[in-house]
Amino acid sequence: MTELPASTQRKLGLVIDLDTCVGCHACVTACKGWNTENYGAPLADKDAYGAEPVGSFLNRVHSFEVQPESGPAQTVHFPKSCLHCDDAPCVTVCPTGASYKRVEDGIVLVNESDCIGCGLCAWACPYGAREMDPVEQVMKKCTLCVDRIYNENLPEEDRQPACVRTCPAGARHFGDLADPDSDVSRLVAERGGFDLMPEQGTKPVNKYLPPRPRDEDIDVLAPFLQPVAETPSGFLGWLDRALEKL
Amino acid sequence: MHPAASIIAFTTLSGIGFGLLAFLGLGFPRVEGMSAFAFFAIAYLLAVGGLVFSTFHLGHPERALKAFTQWRTSWLSREGWASVLTLVVMAIFAAPLVFFGLRLAPIGWLGALASIGTVYITSMIYASIRSVPRWHHWSTSAMFIAYALSGGALLSGQVTVAIAFLVLTGIGQFAAWKAGDARFAAAGSTAGTATGLGGIGKVRLFESSHSEGNYLTKEMVFVIARKHATKLRSIALVLAFAAPVALLLLPFHHVMAALAVLSHLCGVLITRWLFFAEAEHTVSLYYGRTAA
Repeated sequence: MTELPASTQRKLGLVIDLDTCVGCHACVTACKGWNTENYGAPLADKDAYGAEPVGSFLNRVHSFEVQPESGPAQTVHFPKSCLHCDDAPCVTVCPTGASYKRVEDGIVLVNESDCIGCGLCAWACPYGAREMDPVEQVMKKCTLCVDRIYNENLPEEDRQPACVRTCPAGARHFGDLADPDSDVSRLVAERGGFDLMPEQGTKPVNKYLPPRPRDEDIDVLAPFLQPVAETPSGFLGWLDRALEKL
Repeated sequence: MHPAASIIAFTTLSGIGFGLLAFLGLGFPRVEGMSAFAFFAIAYLLAVGGLVFSTFHLGHPERALKAFTQWRTSWLSREGWASVLTLVVMAIFAAPLVFFGLRLAPIGWLGALASIGTVYITSMIYASIRSVPRWHHWSTSAMFIAYALSGGALLSGQVTVAIAFLVLTGIGQFAAWKAGDARFAAAGSTAGTATGLGGIGKVRLFESSHSEGNYLTKEMVFVIARKHATKLRSIALVLAFAAPVALLLLPFHHVMAALAVLSHLCGVLITRWLFFAEAEHTVSLYYGRTAA
């Protein structure tokens, strides 16, 4: 049903650390790989080796430049996927009931066999989190790897979204954001996690952590970087003096 | 937004079709028998034809009947119900009128109300989308209804009413364009809020997430021919409103009336193309495109 639940028992989601993300796109690749080989229609590519390749992805990394009033500009790599909003506009617009938000964990999913491919949900999402598959013509979106996180056939450390599992920088965190004591909730509280486009009223579950301020604490290490020996001694010292005399 | 031909045809044709049905339901023109049949046939062809076009937009049209299930929340689902119910009510009104010359006036009035209601519900598919600030406004519904009434008056041959509606709709469209131009900025979404980095400084796309286009850029970051918007708006105003009004003011002739209808239809198609092509979606903020 496309009526949103009044509340969900848990709010599973991601916390993405914009300070730590190095923009390697490993999460993009891991996501595409897992979600092509597992739940739902594969994430197709068209004209993959041609002049104008297109394909569906559930996660993409954009890179932004932020120019403060003074000081150097900063590059921020910005992964973006479904935010599993509490007030998800993509769900309520769906005419067939293919889109829904789960009461038990808050994950927003698409029942692909009910999807008519009208694309209205993709329009309704302010973030561009939904993409129509170019081959299957059904709407694809992040499932929070629902087929991994509860999958008891996988080793326990693998029961998290593929993007989180693969991130080499530890920039992605998965957990229950409804539980104030969860690791992700504490991370959000400590680091000042924020919502994307709060003015759109979607109440996203996923949070982003801001980049830490730069160029302020760098002097902590500076003393350790002083040259150890000012003047050469021993054989090198003799060579140095001998060459000076020539 | 991508101006898909199927959706432009759908909103234009079904809008005019339901507009004509509204006038026929109210008894303008007061026709019976074969002439009533002709009027209703045109109205049904336009309304149903538009709806058929809308299914061309679907990735899985064979599942279209599922779209009737979520009327509690989805304007698109409500649109399906409203269209079918209106067409049924108008058929109950039209059949006795055509075959027995019997006018069940209250059913006609109900059908007229339902026709305008259907156009309103169609408009809400777009007006309810907050991520497209240009659409997310009551004027979207007002203009859809105004277009339906203008086209309906024109097709039903109500010359005086048609002139009045055409002039009002033309002025309304001009005002809606002007107001719509400022709405994206007024909604307050920027690259700063989209990334949450606006507090640090000015945010600019440094490198796109992919080198080629994708579904999002094709569907929602459509910018082609926006530079011609002013010219297209002028052409649309002339074709949709000025020319039909001028033709209607001339001594009545069926050729002139037909030309007025044709010109109006072409003009409305251009305004609908602009309705989509000029609509800026917030996802464009992630692609380095800002509202002009």
